[in-house]
Amino acid sequence: MSLIATLSRLEAVRTGRAQPAATVRHRHLSERPLVLVPLITAGEAGAPLGALVGTDRDAPRLLVVPQPRDRDLRFTFLAELADLVLPYVDAYGDVVEAAERSETDPETGKRVKVEVDLCANAPQLIVPSRTGIDFVRLLGRAMRFRRTAEQDPEAPHPAPPRVPLLGRWLTHFGERARVPGSSLLLALTDLLARHWATGQSSVEDQHLGALLAWIDPPEGESGDAAARRAELARDGDGQLLCPPAGPATDPAFDNKLLAPAIERYDRARAALAAAEDGLEADDRFGDLTAAEREIRALVESRTRPTWDAVWRGLDLLRELPEGAHATDRWTRDRWSFTGHRDRIIAGEPPQPRRDDAVTAANKLATREREQARLDAQEALDDPLVMAGRRLAGEAFAGEVTEVVMAYSEGKRPSPRPLVTVRTDDRPHLGERTKVYRSLGGKPQAAEFVGYDGPEGGDHGNLVVLRIVDKMGRGKEPEEGSVPQKGDPVCFTLFEHDQRGGAKLPDPEETPWTHGGPPGEPDAVPLPEQPDPPTEEDTL
Amino acid sequence: MTAPVSSAFSPGAAATRATDAILRDTLHGTHRGVVVDSPPGAGKSTLVVRAALELASAGRPLMIIAQTNAQVDDLVLRLAEKDDELPVGRLHSSDTDPYDKALDDLPNVRKSTKAADLAGLDVVISTAAKWAHVKGVEPWRHAIVDEAYQMRSDALLAVAGLFERALFVGDPGQLDPFAIVGSEQWAGLSYDPSASAVTTLLAHNRELPQHRLPVSWRLPASAAPLVSGAFYPYTPFRSGTDHGDRQLAFAVPSDGSGPDRVIDEAAEAGWGLLELPARHTPRTDPEAVRAVAQVVRRLLDRGGAATSERSEEPVPLTADRIAVGTAHRDQAASVRSALAALGVTDVVVDTANRLQGREYDVTVVLHPLSGRPDATAFHLETGRLCVLASRHRHACIVVCRAGVSELLDDHPSTEPVQLGVTVKFPDGWEANHAVLATLGEHRVAWRPSD
Amino acid sequence: MPPPRTPGTALGPRLAELRGPEVQPKALDARALAALAANPGCRRRALLDGAGVNKTALASALGSPSAFGMSQFAFMRGNAFEARVKADGGAELLRLVHEKLDPSAEPPTEAATPDLAAIGPQGRAARTALALREASASGGWALLDHPMLVLDVAGSPAFLEPDAVVVHPDGSWTVVEIKSFPMLDGAADPAKVGAAARQSAVYVLALEEVASRLETPAEVRHRVLLVCPKDFTNLPTAAAVDVRKQRAVTRRQLARLTRVEEIADALPEGTCFAPDLPREQLTAAVEALPAAYAPECLAACELAFHCRGRSREEGAVTSLGRSLRAELGGLTTAEDVLAAAHGMAGDPEDPTVAALRRAADLRAEALSAAAARAEGARCH
Repeated sequence: MSLIATLSRLEAVRTGRAQPAATVRHRHLSERPLVLVPLITAGEAGAPLGALVGTDRDAPRLLVVPQPRDRDLRFTFLAELADLVLPYVDAYGDVVEAAERSETDPETGKRVKVEVDLCANAPQLIVPSRTGIDFVRLLGRAMRFRRTAEQDPEAPHPAPPRVPLLGRWLTHFGERARVPGSSLLLALTDLLARHWATGQSSVEDQHLGALLAWIDPPEGESGDAAARRAELARDGDGQLLCPPAGPATDPAFDNKLLAPAIERYDRARAALAAAEDGLEADDRFGDLTAAEREIRALVESRTRPTWDAVWRGLDLLRELPEGAHATDRWTRDRWSFTGHRDRIIAGEPPQPRRDDAVTAANKLATREREQARLDAQEALDDPLVMAGRRLAGEAFAGEVTEVVMAYSEGKRPSPRPLVTVRTDDRPHLGERTKVYRSLGGKPQAAEFVGYDGPEGGDHGNLVVLRIVDKMGRGKEPEEGSVPQKGDPVCFTLFEHDQRGGAKLPDPEETPWTHGGPPGEPDAVPLPEQPDPPTEEDTL
Repeated sequence: MTAPVSSAFSPGAAATRATDAILRDTLHGTHRGVVVDSPPGAGKSTLVVRAALELASAGRPLMIIAQTNAQVDDLVLRLAEKDDELPVGRLHSSDTDPYDKALDDLPNVRKSTKAADLAGLDVVISTAAKWAHVKGVEPWRHAIVDEAYQMRSDALLAVAGLFERALFVGDPGQLDPFAIVGSEQWAGLSYDPSASAVTTLLAHNRELPQHRLPVSWRLPASAAPLVSGAFYPYTPFRSGTDHGDRQLAFAVPSDGSGPDRVIDEAAEAGWGLLELPARHTPRTDPEAVRAVAQVVRRLLDRGGAATSERSEEPVPLTADRIAVGTAHRDQAASVRSALAALGVTDVVVDTANRLQGREYDVTVVLHPLSGRPDATAFHLETGRLCVLASRHRHACIVVCRAGVSELLDDHPSTEPVQLGVTVKFPDGWEANHAVLATLGEHRVAWRPSD
Repeated sequence: MPPPRTPGTALGPRLAELRGPEVQPKALDARALAALAANPGCRRRALLDGAGVNKTALASALGSPSAFGMSQFAFMRGNAFEARVKADGGAELLRLVHEKLDPSAEPPTEAATPDLAAIGPQGRAARTALALREASASGGWALLDHPMLVLDVAGSPAFLEPDAVVVHPDGSWTVVEIKSFPMLDGAADPAKVGAAARQSAVYVLALEEVASRLETPAEVRHRVLLVCPKDFTNLPTAAAVDVRKQRAVTRRQLARLTRVEEIADALPEGTCFAPDLPREQLTAAVEALPAAYAPECLAACELAFHCRGRSREEGAVTSLGRSLRAELGGLTTAEDVLAAAHGMAGDPEDPTVAALRRAADLRAEALSAAAARAEGARCH
């Protein structure tokens, strides 16, 4: 953790309130996000108990599985979830704008620009915490290989239509969430912790209630006290006042409230099944409905506080202005969304269980590139982030004290002005180190020439740089392309933009060192088969 | 190189046998790959150069893949040293200063940013990153992959289509490659892109012959058993020289100070620990940094001379034969300024990452855990300590605050475990304990104000 | 290094005194022993565990009850899965051991399942040792269901009950650990696998004690078998887990438990942790034991909320995370760090102080720049 972040946490301790960890919002927030607050059954990560879902903070839809061990009830839950989520997702697939993309022409092998559709906006899923993201992935994995009755009339337990499709979308959201800086699927705790430093540890920041308590404590209460209450306070019945944000529930809730309610439900169902005539059945049906209603009420009582907390967190985040580059990254999310939409339309099979060698390497390369991009963009957008980079010697800010015109050697000399910057920062500059500043949103490069005077003097360092590009084609630099004496400037030692890496072979060309192409004896089998159903599946 | 024989086991003969077997498999074997593990200073570069020359002279053009531009340039220079008429191509990037200017003086070396310009040359050398951009060429029949343990699996994936068969050479004990983002989702897969190239290669090709160079020509007899035992527990090696074959002597006698006493201990025993009083400090602990600088200053001032199998006469211990190793860049920067304040400007001071593959007579190391309140995975990484403890031909002096042993004992060990991932040995925690135990036998406790 | 063999001299009675009269020691199970490695620098935890103090009861008596509990759903699921794995004489379990650990041995079509019933833990442990010896000598497969092992911990015996131990035809032994978290497409939650590996390592050490006492010592395999539900089913699948590292760490930490005596000796006369004592007295007793609280304790120790409260009261920076300390040198409290950062204390030549001041200046500069920008935005 950087010393600036450490100081922010300590200031939070001192003041009893979270301190800013960012001065702008570094993630795009949709006007209309879909919030999902799921619950699962303890000990069975794959058995959903229920969820609150929706885009309207005042009218969430409650889904409940009154007996999580019952396959039919789970299928009903998944089908209902698909009916809520897919129309939301699909709506964004229908509105497109024209965009350009570079593609390799299969005939000439040259890179050419082609016009393609780009979805004008994209869906955004918000879950309360990081474990919620894991759960989205788990749901995706469980659902995407399911066969519907239409696909496979022989399937022993056919999935309701649209369930496999939702599985593919949730898988896509879950994979996209691993890309640094992406916003298609976000965990609110991560989002809040990125923007505020609390007076507790990052482990404790995983508790949504405690995190919000530090950021926005009730009038007259310190964040510390409010957070402790959110974590630990229980009612007379031994139940937490602020239930965990899930998907796991509190054992006291399971043992005291949920287990007896499920037992009543099971009894009522058994009684109904054993009913001997219509009248008796009517009666017993009433009991079953009541038992079910009770479980629904229990699930709602544990999810609604989290639901409200998520929206409150979103309100707090919306008060921060969006960082300039967050929009640029959201455009990448739109490309990602559009790409998956196109794969589904093209009838491609669901994502495999595990990536092949080439896909894995491509994903890793993309994520490393996006991480570097995110680090650079956040620093450029936010002086507080840049302060951390300056402290680490990866950037420096100061004032221009002198500009001397100079030119490159050669037949057509180009401007190579020498700029001296006075800074109190201590950048890690070495011989000919490249540095960059933002000039009209584009990076301008310079080379470190040397120090004027001693390094680390009392009046700061005098850093001499040679500007090497973005000055136009003429002999004299274009207006405004060279900083002037007295200008405040900030140079970074890191690049502002990321070059694409080398293209990897196609999966069919996987070399012998990596097991050869898929389909070879040593490689991943294709296509993926559905999970064989067994007597006691959980999802 | 003269290989002193002191016992029934002749290191020279053992090394020759190993090299012969490697070359036999490389030139005449039927397998697509040959893997060679090389402990520190075991003659890896010599092997690479020799294999390249033998392949070339057998009329088999080859490509060489190294990991950094410095490694590539070094290999080009070494090849030219052995055969200044061998046609060598240096494929390089289009950045500024893409290669060592010394290459411009070699008439046999052609340089280009395009592989096509270098077609037909006996040997073409570049970095893995540059090779990855080469497309649409006829594959080479042979390749040599240098520092293969420091190469990531995805980097090998990008270049493996360029050759039919390859010799993979590297040191499994040095720093592992890493990714700047999480890669847990591929843990346990044979082709995990963040794993080392050799791990993936062997997972898919278990039948490949694996060799190992059994003798370190760099490490002295005092260091080989510790480095071998602590960092290569299942692939032991020994030193090429015996106790007494190398000597380090100083013309100026000790002034009785801590630095002088630890210098004498290290000259005698090969190891020296200058232990400062226990204290929690920032990374750039001024006292420890000053102590490192003082040791270097005294090494230079006391007229050191190194006697070894390399020459008849003792060789003066000059600044270029000494290096300082640290864990972090800011520590290296602090040591540099402390040295400058003592008038020393030409001693190499660098982090473990940058010292990989380099060799000196004496090294002075700021212990990665010195003064820390706790250990971290970074500081416990076996490769880091291994690099720092295996750069020297004569002696290694470690500067450290007391209390590291307790620090290790108090280190929580609750590491997650990924199914299917081969456990890496040795464990950094155990290796650190082993190194500390040896250093403890050569300890000079010093309170700098004394 | 063999596990410690502290003579049962004065330590036993001394520890009984610390627990309080009439208070039975809380038996240490493998999970508790494995947890010794979670924070080995904590003397408070070392003594309380070593003395067999019931930390759950102590935490409640101190007014900071622990938050550990188990849902009956998880409990039922775990039991049902274990029963399923061991059904049919353990045929499926033995098949998995054969497939994952010893495929070159003959298939386990027949296996001995010795009866391990006996009176009391000592009796069961003796019965287990006998059964292991016989099975090793027999040259066939054997499955020991819930054997009883004993490990010497700081001078007193800890009784441990692994889910199962399998004896191979070559006479070697394998620890089997059955967990109810899933292996999904061959991968499982690494934190949970890590915990299972540490727990198994304790069983391996205990088995090694048994093995070392045989006339022909048996080999205890250092790869254990972890059995979990496959994907979304209740069917067992398994993976071999190499526990050499965990074994080495646990062995070293067990050896260090002899410190318990030193820690106990440093306590004031009459110190006692009996949960029925008045809260003030208990608090004082606990405070007499130096703790090394860090946020990770919240997931690993029953006393964590108590220690956290104390740590926060003292303003210890570690309560915000272990990693925070790395750049703070000798400064350990929030107050000292902030004073140094704001120029109220500390030597500016000290690199820690200098770095803190630079960090504070840069932070203030950035926040005021942002505030000015926000102000500007409001004016437009």
